Amino acid sequence: MELTALSDAKVGSAGVVETVDLPENVSHYLAHLGFLPGTAVEVLRRAPAGDPRVYRIDGVEVGLRNETAKHIFLRLNAVGAA
Amino acid sequence: MSCHTPVLDLAPDTEELPPPAAGAPPGTKPMRTVALIGPPNSGKSTLFNRLTGLRQKVANYPGVTVEHHSGRMKAIGRGDLTLIDLPGIYSLATYSEDARVAVEVLTGKMRGVPKPDCVLLVLDATHLNRQLMLAAPVFSIGLPTLVLLNMSDELTARGGEIDTLALAKELGHPVALISASENTGLDVIPEFLLRAGSRPEDGLRPVQLPVLQSAASCRSWATQVTARTKYQTPAASTWTRRLDSVLLHRWLGPLIFLAVVVAVFQVVFLAGQPLSDWLTSILTKGGASVASLLPNNWLRLMLLDGVWNGVQAVLVFLPQILLLFLFIGILEDSGYLARAALIADRVMRAIGLNGKAFIPLLSAYACAVPAIMATRTIENKRERFATIMVAPFMTCSARLPIYTLIIAAFIPNRLFLGGLLGMRAMVMLSLYALGFLAALVTARLLNSSVMKATPAPFILELPQYRWPTVQGLTLRLYDRGKLFVKKAGTIILACTFAVWVLSVLPIHAGQASALTTSLIGHLGHFIEPVIRPLGFNWKIGIGLLSSIVAREVIVGTLGTLYGVDPATHSLGLQAALRGDMTLGGAIALVVFFAFAMQCTSTLAVVRRETNSWKYPAAQFAYMTVVAYVAALVTNQVITRLF
Repeated sequence: MELTALSDAKVGSAGVVETVDLPENVSHYLAHLGFLPGTAVEVLRRAPAGDPRVYRIDGVEVGLRNETAKHIFLRLNAVGAA
Repeated sequence: MSCHTPVLDLAPDTEELPPPAAGAPPGTKPMRTVALIGPPNSGKSTLFNRLTGLRQKVANYPGVTVEHHSGRMKAIGRGDLTLIDLPGIYSLATYSEDARVAVEVLTGKMRGVPKPDCVLLVLDATHLNRQLMLAAPVFSIGLPTLVLLNMSDELTARGGEIDTLALAKELGHPVALISASENTGLDVIPEFLLRAGSRPEDGLRPVQLPVLQSAASCRSWATQVTARTKYQTPAASTWTRRLDSVLLHRWLGPLIFLAVVVAVFQVVFLAGQPLSDWLTSILTKGGASVASLLPNNWLRLMLLDGVWNGVQAVLVFLPQILLLFLFIGILEDSGYLARAALIADRVMRAIGLNGKAFIPLLSAYACAVPAIMATRTIENKRERFATIMVAPFMTCSARLPIYTLIIAAFIPNRLFLGGLLGMRAMVMLSLYALGFLAALVTARLLNSSVMKATPAPFILELPQYRWPTVQGLTLRLYDRGKLFVKKAGTIILACTFAVWVLSVLPIHAGQASALTTSLIGHLGHFIEPVIRPLGFNWKIGIGLLSSIVAREVIVGTLGTLYGVDPATHSLGLQAALRGDMTLGGAIALVVFFAFAMQCTSTLAVVRRETNSWKYPAAQFAYMTVVAYVAALVTNQVITRLF
């Protein structure tokens, strides 16, 4: 299956993180929030202005700007499986 | 009033420690220092307060604690032990100032802080997978460690489960399920401290820690551990989901945000003003009746005119201050603050500020001092300095007395929209907006010139909503009230007393000078030409000078000066000001205060955080010039219009 950028995943969809392509200090921080290959992530909602969006990862809700989320790639779950 | 004590370091002078209460066997080093460590917003400070009986600031968002704080563990009868509360960290790698503090203290590299003898590792039990990632690096430091799984109430309420015994075996360290906020399960802590003090080798050793301590390996280790110990992740809080679908709704969200802000000011006026008037009449009567007991001589004059008038003028704003902090407390403790940051991120980005800057900036509404310290969570140094430079523009609570005084005196109490919207609250709101605007413009200027920074990402954890507790809010208000009254009784008293002394000197043939011929009168008339175009008379000028110490001082100074002046002696301060200022001058005065840097504590903390006098000096000069020009324009425009 194709990889999708987190920022392109629709609200309500879910998937598994495959790669995080960001500078070391950022990816380090994200990793400790759970953004690591193999972790399930769900797109919860968007902020009123559309960006940032809120993701649920590992039991926590995290707000990310699309400019950051577009460097995180995931394998989307089949529709309905979410 | 408005400012936190910048550093609460009851810290460790280990020399004077009494011998340990628990009879440590001879030969073992007595235990003295215990460190509290854990990821951000896992409840370390709540636990710290429980164990020490002290009151560190706690709130429901990550990054409340940015410094290390120490206290004796008196609340559990271990006054011989010093507990160190540390900023939350995700790992021992440090990218920001607050994390560096935590790691240096933990590893014994922080000067002036003894190396901890054992560690209380506080983890949020509701998402253990992620929280356990910190356990591996902390264990590898090699100190006796007690793992405390906090928020057990939340875990069980949402159907999560954990086998603490299995986990303890797996980790090689004792594990306990606690709730710091509900005060349950904390008995294990004194037990652990007894054992850790007497039996440094307690048999339990880490079974297996990840060899490479990278995020990925810590992560897979944590996942394995939780899987083997049958950790049942609790269901997502349905309440948080439901609330967020409204509070972060596309158009309801910003609307509610706005409504909340308007409501705060509305209540501060509608409920605060009558309370404040009531306090005024009590304090005035009280002062007068005490004064009537004193002989009619210089002593009565000094106490009533020199001390009481000024202090009382400031004290009467206690109700408004408490109401404001009640709202701030509710917003912080409930978890709404992080949502506000999410809603505001679009605006912050447009002006080139880090989204992370929003929370420090919001907390500057209480006081700039803790806000400037809270910028330590911003990794990028330039962005951090830019945030420090703009924070004092945010309307801190020290501006509240002069704002409410002028608004109550000059703005009619008209209500619109069936009483929902008051004119006074709207003027107040505009002043807050003005400060915010100044911060935005300044940030934009800094960002496009000297402080150009590479954009740092906006990464924000949204905590679960929690009910603010009555106890938590009461304690906050009590602390705030105490701070305010203390400030009125110290700095403000000293300043207004100095103003009074200068207003009766020099003494001619046993007679005090008339106000206009006194030292302060001369000084006032000397500076009057500079401030006349702003619509200020010389008394206001003295107020401005004296309030460089702290913003509230102006109210005290005006109370003293108008109290000494025979023409306004018997009037209240509001009435005295109404008779002595034009509308233009009055509005110009609050506009001046919206922009001016009248606060020595802020200047001192900026000096400390930037490690240079250059920044506070530039800030002071810049803000004063902006304030002067803005007040000048305001006065000229209003005088021509009305």
